[in-house]
Amino acid sequence: MNEAERARRFRARIDAGEKIEPKDWMPDAYRSQLVRMISQHAHSEIVGQLPEGNWITRAPSLRRKLGLLAKVQDEAGHGLYLYAAAETLGVSREELVDGLLSGAAKYSSIFNYPTLTWADIGAIGWLVDGAAILNQTMLTKCSYGPYARAMVRICKEERFHERQGYEIMRALAQGTAAQQSLAQDALDRWWWPTLMMFGPPDDASVHNETLMAWGVKQKSNDELRQWFVDLAVPQAQALPLVIPDPELRFDVETKHWRTGPIDWDEFWRVVRGGGICNRDRLRARREAHEEGQWVREAAEAYTKKRRR
Amino acid sequence: MGARGRRGVHKKASAVKDTQWPLWEVFVQEKTGSPHEHAGSVHAPDAELALQNARDTYARRGPVTSVWVVEARHISATTPDDSPFLLGPGPEKLYRHPRFYKGAKE
Repeated sequence: MNEAERARRFRARIDAGEKIEPKDWMPDAYRSQLVRMISQHAHSEIVGQLPEGNWITRAPSLRRKLGLLAKVQDEAGHGLYLYAAAETLGVSREELVDGLLSGAAKYSSIFNYPTLTWADIGAIGWLVDGAAILNQTMLTKCSYGPYARAMVRICKEERFHERQGYEIMRALAQGTAAQQSLAQDALDRWWWPTLMMFGPPDDASVHNETLMAWGVKQKSNDELRQWFVDLAVPQAQALPLVIPDPELRFDVETKHWRTGPIDWDEFWRVVRGGGICNRDRLRARREAHEEGQWVREAAEAYTKKRRR
Repeated sequence: MGARGRRGVHKKASAVKDTQWPLWEVFVQEKTGSPHEHAGSVHAPDAELALQNARDTYARRGPVTSVWVVEARHISATTPDDSPFLLGPGPEKLYRHPRFYKGAKE
C-alpha cells in the first residue's frame, strides 16, 4: 500500500469515528502533534502539584488537608497515565522527563502563577480544575485510543478536585469580612489566567484546525472558553463573588456570557518564561528528581540482590 | 520468564539516570467476576515493584479487586496488517451466528 492510500484510509477511519491505536499507521504529523499535546498535558499534571503542594502543611483543618493531599497525589497519578499514553507513540519516558527538566518542553502556564493565600487553593480547584475538566471531557472523545482512555480515567477521578475547590471558596465567601476579601482577591488573580488556559483565540491558534480535522479535539479553544465562562459566572454569583471584568455581560440573544478582551500579551509573556514562578517551578522539579535518585538506586539494588 | 530472562536488560540501567526501567503493562479488575482490563503501563526494575507502582498509579481509589502486571516485551500481539486473516471469522461465515438459522424470532 502506498503512502497516499494509507493516508486516505486513515482519513476514512477518522471520519467514521474509529479510534486509532498505537500499532496503526498514522501520518507523521498526527503522531508528532499527539506527542506534543500529551506530553505537555503530562508535564502540566506534574508541575501542577507544586502550587498546591505549597499549602499542604498549612491547610486549615485535617479535612482540608486530606482533600488536598489526595488531589495532589491524583495529579502525580494523572501525569503518569499521560506519560504512559505518550509512550505508546514511540517516545521514551526518559526523553519526556528530560524535556521537562531541561526546560525544552512546555506545560500549562497557569502553574507559573504563585499561590499566595489559602484561598488560592480554593480558586485553583474551582477554576483551574474546572477548566481542565471541560478540556478533558472533550478529549475523552479523542481519535487516539490511549489518550481517550487516559482521559476517561482522569475525568472519573477529577470530579472531586473541582468540588473541593468550590467548597473552600464557599466557606471563605460566606465567612468573615477578612475571609471574604481573601476569596475575592484569589478570584481577582486567577480569573484571567484561567481563561487563558484554553489557549490563544481561534484566529491565532496554529494547531486548532488540524487537531479538529483529525478528531483529536472536538471543540476549538474559543468554544471551550465560552463553555467555561457560561458555567463559571453563575457559580461565582452563587458564592457570591464578583468576577473581575467590568465588561462582562449576558448576551440575551445567544444566551452566552460575554467577557471583556483577554490580555494576550500577558499570556505570551508567561508562555515564553516571563511568569512569576517559571524558574521556581523548574528548579523544584529538578531538585525533586535529583533528590529522588537514591530511591531509584535503592529499587535497582534491591532487584539485583534478589536476582542473585 | 524468570530472573534469567531479565538480567541483560538492566545492565546499563544504574549508569543511566533511570526512568527507563522495563515497561510493564497493567491490567485491573474492578470487581470479582469481571475481566481484567488494560489500564496503562508503569516502569519498574522487577515484578514486585511493578505491582507496587501499578497499585499506586491505577488503584488509588476503589473499586479494584485485583491487579496484573506483565512485562511488555512478553506480550505478542497481532498487527493491523494481519487482522483480516487472523481475526476472522469474516462475513462468509454467517453460519456461526444464531441468526443464520430459522425458527423462533429473537
